[in-house]
Parts: sequence; structure tokens; C-alpha cells
Amino acid sequence: MFKQYLRTGLVAAALAASSGVWAQSSPTLLNASYDIARELFAAINPKFTEHWKKKTGQDVKIDQSHAGTSRQAQDIIQGKKVDAVTFNQATDIEILAKRGLVSADWAKKFPNNASPYYSTIAFLVRKGNPKNIKTWDDLVRDDVKLVFPNPKTSGNARYSYLGAWLYANEKFKGNEAQTRDFVAKLLANVENFPTGGRGATVAFAQNNQGDVLLTFESEVINIARGDEFKALGLEVVVPPVSVLAEFPVAVVDKVVDEKGTRALAAEYLNFQYTREIQLLLTSFNYRVHEPTVVKATADKFPAIRLIDPVKVLGPWDKISETHFASGAQLDQLLARRR
Amino acid sequence: MAAIASRPLLLIRPAVLPGFGLSLGVSSFFITLIILFPVSALFAYSAELSLAQYWQAVTDPRVLASYRVTVSAALYATLASVLIGLLLAWVTVRYDFPGRRLLDTLIDLPFALPTAVAGLTLSVLLAPSGWVGQWFDAVGIKIAYAYPGIVIAMTFTSLPFVVRTLQPVLQDFAKEVEEAARTLGASRTQIFWRVILPTLIPALVTGGAQSFIRSLGEFGAVVMIAGNIPFRTEVSSLMIFVRLQEFEYPAAAAIATVILLTSLLLMFALYVLQGRVLRWQRSAG
Repeated sequence: MFKQYLRTGLVAAALAASSGVWAQSSPTLLNASYDIARELFAAINPKFTEHWKKKTGQDVKIDQSHAGTSRQAQDIIQGKKVDAVTFNQATDIEILAKRGLVSADWAKKFPNNASPYYSTIAFLVRKGNPKNIKTWDDLVRDDVKLVFPNPKTSGNARYSYLGAWLYANEKFKGNEAQTRDFVAKLLANVENFPTGGRGATVAFAQNNQGDVLLTFESEVINIARGDEFKALGLEVVVPPVSVLAEFPVAVVDKVVDEKGTRALAAEYLNFQYTREIQLLLTSFNYRVHEPTVVKATADKFPAIRLIDPVKVLGPWDKISETHFASGAQLDQLLARRR
Repeated sequence: MAAIASRPLLLIRPAVLPGFGLSLGVSSFFITLIILFPVSALFAYSAELSLAQYWQAVTDPRVLASYRVTVSAALYATLASVLIGLLLAWVTVRYDFPGRRLLDTLIDLPFALPTAVAGLTLSVLLAPSGWVGQWFDAVGIKIAYAYPGIVIAMTFTSLPFVVRTLQPVLQDFAKEVEEAARTLGASRTQIFWRVILPTLIPALVTGGAQSFIRSLGEFGAVVMIAGNIPFRTEVSSLMIFVRLQEFEYPAAAAIATVILLTSLLLMFALYVLQGRVLRWQRSAG
């Protein structure tokens, strides 16, 4: 009896799967991205469908999925059929690479470490910058309170943490004890650890928590200039030195091989490097590499020296292990608050 | 309530639902599917840990601090829910006034609202710059992004449980009993403590237990308002979330088992206690 059910079930599943294959005539592509990239890809995707139609005559449908990238990685591990990922941190692509879903040398598959655009951590301060915040040193002062999301649950907060660490590491010439003290002090100044970027924005801008909000430069500019909080006159402070935050992309090999969408996914990601899209990216306040675009938008982005975490602290899986794993550096420094 | 009242009828006319065997089979299938499967998966996940690892996962100092925060806040929230819920149920059942139906509908709002939205709204309202928060800020009390915020978010999401369990009992409670007590010379306080409250205790305990357990597990609303400072305002469900973010599924499951077992034990203890109280009342009365 049970066997019979099982057989019927298997036949039904096989039918469903094969009908999925038959329906491939007009391809679809699922791009999994971070939370705040909704508007960005809503602007890019129509341009790509046009581009693909011109190139191949095919209509393509691009589906978007937005969530925290750690969550996205979990979903992909658990079987979500994502063709391409456009994340805001390399660690979550590393997780996919470790499980064999993405090739181990993903960072070499596309130009610039497979990141079409980048940003850094900047500071958002109140109107007139009353606490006179200029650099990372100001963030450890006793009279300064900070807001940024929990580094455990938010990608951009991991960069805020790394920014502080890398700055201190340079300042104290690699003395780890002093670096730890600096970062611990900065963490102790955090008044509020929302779980995500949106919660942090509301806490800082709407609910008046803290003196400084730390997040990506692109976000900082969006909040300061966006209609929602424009009236508050919040100001953007870009420190002279900060952390390089790359926004890496990758093709999910296991899925594209199964769906037969490899060429499409690769073209989609390569498309992000074209001049047209690079220019579009700067209008979303991301920094890009395309030389003519960089020149044309030079006045928009203040000069800054960016430290690449990988060059100082080693590959991402090692950074995750020594800093963000359970009980690692970050947890130890947070525990000092007790 | 209508369903409960009509159930004896169903037993007399079994033809309304197809065979008892089939309906029981379907019910137990769904209970297995949506309750037992996930729960056993939870234990299976945490079984990947050795006993020492399990112990370490559930007694990490930060996790221990989160238990303290969660359980104490849930207790306060339950107390508040029971008091406010009793009042709300009493008002909506016993009195007729314009807007009573509207008030009655509004009680379910916390169920209808996505809890993260509720948390965000509460945080805006209760922050030092918010409508309500500014008055407390003036006297130096911080609600949003502090411990009181957690209690308020929990109370908000669990209040309907108390109201909805109390209302039918109050509705069934015959006014004549109250009048009889009065004619027999009972004072108002005596009527409340010796006549009304004892009938309400089972419903209060059930509603209170439900709201307590809901508060233990509440995530969306609480993390939006808690501030999530390690050791001070982190709740256990956030610790589970953090473990998931670290891809430490077994550790996340381990913490979840602690919450689950606590809930089960508390529910069991409450029902035992409730039975005792009722028996004591009957023998005393």
C-alpha cells in the first residue's frame, strides 16, 4: 500500500520536474540580492532584458529576491533555485563556495574581484555635526553614542566592525591588544544594535538614537538626501581612511547547470560592468571602476584611502572564523561590555 | 463558541462529517505534519551535538543572560496582559456602549499586524522623540531600546490571548449568580473575590499561559524595540537568529529546545496548579 503511494508520488514528481524542463522556452533568471538593492535592480533589470533581446532575440524574465545575504545563502544551501547572486559581502558567497554551489575561484570569474561596484563605511551625523565627528578616533570618545546594526545579523555592520579594526590596526601598527581595546571601546559606545539596516535608520533618524549612524557610504547618502529624512538636515561624514566594501557577484554553478542558464547568468553579471550600468550605479551612490565614469563623477565621491580587509586579515573564510564565528573576536569584545 | 455549542449535535448526527475514522486520521495526519515533524526535526538538529557541546551551546554566558531577560520580561508582560485583559474582557462583555463592537474588533489587531511592523511602530511611539516616549524621557525613563520596551512589545502581542479566553467565560457567567450573592448580603469585594474570580481562574490561567509562551518566543516585535545590547536587552529568540546567521544550525536548535521545554514544563505546571486551586476552592467553598 505504502509502496504504491510512494510510486505514484515519484511519478508525479518526475512529471512535474519534466514539465519544468519543457517550460524552458523563454528563460527566467533568479537574482538573489541584499535587502536594500530593490530599487537598484528594478532599474537595471529592464535594461538587461532589452540588451538580451537585442543580442539573442529571446525574451528573458528576471526575478528578484531580496533579503539579508546570510539568509539568502541559507536559502540557496537549502535548495532555492537562484541563478546569480549579487551580494554585499564576500563571506556569504564563500559559504556557498564551501558547499560546492559556487566554484571556489568565483572571485576570478569577473573583473575587479568579481565586484562590479564597491562602497565603504561612512558616518551619518546630526545637523551641523554638533559632536564634530571626523574620523574613527571620534567614535571612541566617551561623549559619542553610536548606532549600527548587529554585526552578527547584518552584512554592512560587519564592515563597520572591520573598518574600526583595520583603522586601529594601522594606528597601533599591528599591536593586537591596543587594537582590541579600541574596537571594544567603539562597541561599548553602541547604544543600539538593530537587527537590520532599516531598523538602524529608523532608530537613528526617526527616533533620535545616538550621535552617529555607521553604514555603507551609499546608504548614508541615500538617507541624508532621500525624501523621507531630508528635512532633518543629517550630514554625511566620509572619514579619510576606511574599509573597502566590495559588492561581489557570482553565478550559482549548481543551479545554472541544472537549469541550462549559465550563459544568461554570466551575461547578466558581465552586464553590470558596462558603462551604462556603471553610470547608473553611481546614481545610487556606489563607487565604480569604469575610468570614464569615475572621472565624470569625481566630485560626488570624496577622496578616501580604502583598506582591503583581505590584504590585511587574510581570506574571507579566515576573517569569518577569527572575527565573526561564535565565540570569536567580536563575541569576546562584546562580552567586555558586561 | 458556536462550534463548541453545536458539537454534541454532531455526535448525535454523525452523518454531517464523513466517518469518524477518516476525520481522526486526517486530524492526526495534520498534527503530525505541522507540529510533530518540525519539533522532531528540531531535536534531530540539536542531536548533532555531543552532550558537552549541547551544554556549552545552551549555557553560553550571553545565552544565559538572554534567558534571564526573556523569562523576566515575559513574566511582567503576562502579568500586564492578565490585568489589562481582564479589564478589557469585562468592559466588552458586561457593558454596552457606543463603539463596543469596534473596541472588540480592535483587540485582535495584534494578531493581524505583522509583528515586526508592530515593533517598529511601538519603537517610534515610545522613543525619546516619540509621542508617548517624550513624556517618559522628560522624567528620565527610557522605554524604547531598553528593557521596558521588550515588556511592552510582549504585552502588545500577547494581550488578545487573555481577552479571547476570558470573554466566553464571562458571557456564560450568569448575572443571577452575582445578584444572588448580593441578596445574600455579600459586599462588592466579596462578590469579586469569592464569586466572580473563582469562575474566571481557569480561563485566566489558560490565557496567561498562552500569552507567556507567546512572549517567550516573540521575535519580530521585540527585536525592533529592544536595542539588542548583549547581556542586557537580547532575547533568546534573537540568540537563535544569531546562531542561524553563523550557520550554527545545531546550536540554534539547542537553544530552541530549551525554550520549547521551558514552555512545556510551565504549561504543565500551570495546569497542575490550576487543578489544585480549583479543588481547594471547592473544598473551601
